[in-house]
Amino acid sequence: MRITLNGDTHEVAKPLTVAELLEQLDIDPRRVAVEHNLVVLKRGTFAETMVQEGDAIEIVNFVGGGSSKG
Amino acid sequence: MDTVDRFTIADKTFTSRLFVGTGKYSSPAVMVQAHDASGAEMITVAVRRVNISDRSKESLLDFIDTSRYVILPNTAGCYTADEAIRTARLGREAGLSNWVKLEVIGDERTLFPDNEALLEATRVLVREGFVVLPYTSDDPIVCRKLEDAGASAIMPLGAPIGSGLGIQNVNNLRIIREFARVPLVVDAGVGTASDAALAMELGADAVLMNTAIAGAQDPVAMAEAMKLAVRAGRLAFTSGRIPRKLYANASSPVEGLVGR
Repeated sequence: MRITLNGDTHEVAKPLTVAELLEQLDIDPRRVAVEHNLVVLKRGTFAETMVQEGDAIEIVNFVGGGSSKG
Repeated sequence: MDTVDRFTIADKTFTSRLFVGTGKYSSPAVMVQAHDASGAEMITVAVRRVNISDRSKESLLDFIDTSRYVILPNTAGCYTADEAIRTARLGREAGLSNWVKLEVIGDERTLFPDNEALLEATRVLVREGFVVLPYTSDDPIVCRKLEDAGASAIMPLGAPIGSGLGIQNVNNLRIIREFARVPLVVDAGVGTASDAALAMELGADAVLMNTAIAGAQDPVAMAEAMKLAVRAGRLAFTSGRIPRKLYANASSPVEGLVGR
């Protein structure tokens, strides 16, 4: 099934939890924040939030910055 | 007697009046040394999409001692209130803190704030329990509106972000200082130490900078220069400077001169 991951189409085998998705992507859940269909998830809900066909997922972390870059 | 010069924003008290960024450093090691030399207690970071295809890059937080520094997520690069609100919410989850340096940019070339959208985003985020530190124009009326909207500090620019031009509108900052009932942080525009000292002499509670340190030929030494400048400027402000006069006023006695 297809989801939109950080703005790009991403293929996953079947519906899965956010925690499983992060594991597949080799991303440490303690270092990121996740938005699921425009709703920011509490970290404690990663294991119970299901990702379905067509869902939009944003995974972000902190990077170097002071003020705006365009 | 406790003589340490402290100041408070919302629920946090600081002894350093210099806030620094994490962008534009040549390496994480230089950044860490510069942060140390700056004496800063609060560090601002940007929120960005994780690179899904290249997971090799280390996380910024691998290099920052979060027990030592307050991490201040920012909404840099956001051009609408909605984007900034989403980014602030994500930053809160990534950093587990409800503080945000709120930026809503109005124009790519100047990076000046869109104050209308900034006010809207401030209202929403304050309602959601955020401690909002908005980056804004050096406009006393906008600063007052941000305060009324619940901002925990106001952060007018000294000059455009990354320009290094120094404080461009001293008079406006003086007026903002007089009006402000929340801490005043001069954010952006500092080029060298005297700019930071001037901001503090005008009565700013703190100065926030990134490029002036990270872009210097020797960022670690410049970080120390900024630490000293912020302290010097603060001390000069609290010491009460002499008034400016048009003519000279001798500092040696006029009586007892030889040959008179």
